[in-house]
Amino acid sequence: MAVKTATGAPAPLPADAAAAPAKKGFWAWLNKRLPVDEFITTQMTGYLAPKNFNIWYFFGSLALAVLVLQLLSGIYLTMFYKVGETTSFDSVEYIMREVSYGWLIRYLHSTGASAFFIVVYLHMYRALLYGSYRPPRELLWLIGMLVYLALMAEAFMGYVLPWGNMSFWGAQVIVNLFGTIPGIGPGLVEWIRGDYGIADATLNRFYALHVALIPLGLLLLVVLHLTALHQVGSNNPDGVEIKEKVGPDGKPLDGIPFHPYYTVKDVFGLGVFAVLFALVVFFVPTLGGLFLESPNFEPANPLSTPEHIAPVWYFTPYYAMLRAVPDQRLGALLMLFAVSAFLFLPWLDGSPVKSIRYKGWMSRTALAVFTVSFVALGYLGLQPAEGLYVVLARIFTIFYFLFFLLMPFYTRLDPVKPVPERVTYHAH
Amino acid sequence: MADHAVVADDEVDLSRRKFLTRATIATGAVGAAFAAVPFIESWSPSERARAQGVPTEVDLTKIEPGQMVTPVWRRSPIYVVRRTPEMVARIAGHDAELKDPGSHSSDQPEYAQNTLRSRTEEFLVLVGTCTHLGCLPKQRFAQGELYPSWPGGFFCPCHGSRFDLAGRVFNGSPASINLRVPPYSYPNPSTLLVGVDEKGAA
Repeated sequence: MAVKTATGAPAPLPADAAAAPAKKGFWAWLNKRLPVDEFITTQMTGYLAPKNFNIWYFFGSLALAVLVLQLLSGIYLTMFYKVGETTSFDSVEYIMREVSYGWLIRYLHSTGASAFFIVVYLHMYRALLYGSYRPPRELLWLIGMLVYLALMAEAFMGYVLPWGNMSFWGAQVIVNLFGTIPGIGPGLVEWIRGDYGIADATLNRFYALHVALIPLGLLLLVVLHLTALHQVGSNNPDGVEIKEKVGPDGKPLDGIPFHPYYTVKDVFGLGVFAVLFALVVFFVPTLGGLFLESPNFEPANPLSTPEHIAPVWYFTPYYAMLRAVPDQRLGALLMLFAVSAFLFLPWLDGSPVKSIRYKGWMSRTALAVFTVSFVALGYLGLQPAEGLYVVLARIFTIFYFLFFLLMPFYTRLDPVKPVPERVTYHAH
Repeated sequence: MADHAVVADDEVDLSRRKFLTRATIATGAVGAAFAAVPFIESWSPSERARAQGVPTEVDLTKIEPGQMVTPVWRRSPIYVVRRTPEMVARIAGHDAELKDPGSHSSDQPEYAQNTLRSRTEEFLVLVGTCTHLGCLPKQRFAQGELYPSWPGGFFCPCHGSRFDLAGRVFNGSPASINLRVPPYSYPNPSTLLVGVDEKGAA
């Protein structure tokens, strides 16, 4: 079989259903009852992805890998964890000190949570760079955003379960955000807590949501995300639709089968990721308080607020915005807008080109300012809310929102570069 | 038997079918809404949680002048401060720096909607959770403790909200309303009962 990979020419599909000889035995028996072959040929070997993927295209598969890791390590944690006001904290210490390899399973899970957000943020940033949210991928983007929101809920509730002092006060602050809703707020907060304060009832229901309801929802959303992806096809660093340039066989000239080309590439990416991940798990599992905060090594104490409350790093950009506003209702509303602004990207971006490669200086500057703002807000959210930190948080919050609010204007005024007919690709 | 009409596809009464489909969906939706009630209601505070939310009694004779005690009522710390006349004097004179000096948009029983936000001049009774996002404000009663013009009060370490010795919020705080005052009463001059007043138990 002449598979010319070096030139980037599309390889003949190994399992072309029409050409393949009729299979016999167990495989035929199985496929008559379950469309395994069909799934592989349509979704793996027959799913043609652009041949010019770069390093930014590792993070989708990595997110899937981390999801599997979280499910497995999480299920094992439930075998030793005892939910309850009086038992949660002790059972986590029991896992850490007395369960064989309990420390490893727990650190895999806690590091996995941060790793999940790292890869998801990079995955989302890839979409910002190459315009992957643009039509026809709006729904794909929206489903992805729902995955992100579900992930935030999952991470928040997971953080409450060890019942450390930061768990308690984090829950107190976040649940109280719902109290800022006019009219129904106070009643809603009491309903969420199931008591007059954050209590055993709250912990118990967060546990149920964290281990059952939200993971099920996440899995469903991931399946929908992948189905939508395979329906519209992947974008690429050039933002050129490969489906528009097809060969005589009706297949995109610049598409290569996802398997084996990208499965092999993704396995390599997974290897690199696993090395970095292991370094954190084995050498710096708390990452200096970034992945696990020190007040959380003290049991929850409803009568003692930690000196300085900050969420885990992945929420700090929004937290900085919340604190930057001298009014709790407006602050909470601003936080909500900051997260949901991403939902509107497909309709805010009016640029004639998709990829940052062909966008002009305006879009590039806007994205650079946004990137700096997001990272700066993330840093400021970890600092105490006083003096210069608050002033800076206000400035970066404004820039953050300008990126979205001005997008309909600068993307249309932007002097764009001509987009090539086909994807740019250089054989290695 | 033979007179059972065999209806061909194109003779189906579509409008009837559509009506029945819609009626079925509507009835099912109403049923689903009713079925959801117990599940939603299950999240409300349980009987046990309610039973544990009974009023809390505080012995006022054990509080020194200028001292604060923090009994717990309904899982929230309650700040009971025995204000000295000197502390009471420090509550006046900074109304311009306050967001809601008259407590018009704040949450307190009628008998506490006054400058001192209390039933008596001496004892201040507050729910000790910040009205911003529920952290516990710390006591900073000394004059000038935070900055030279600080008249004494409470400071929330989480997001920097500041309150005076009547629990009224200062401008520039992320909290928008004054610290809450729970319903309370004095069954006798030396006892404070948090959670119950003339209107009955909260």
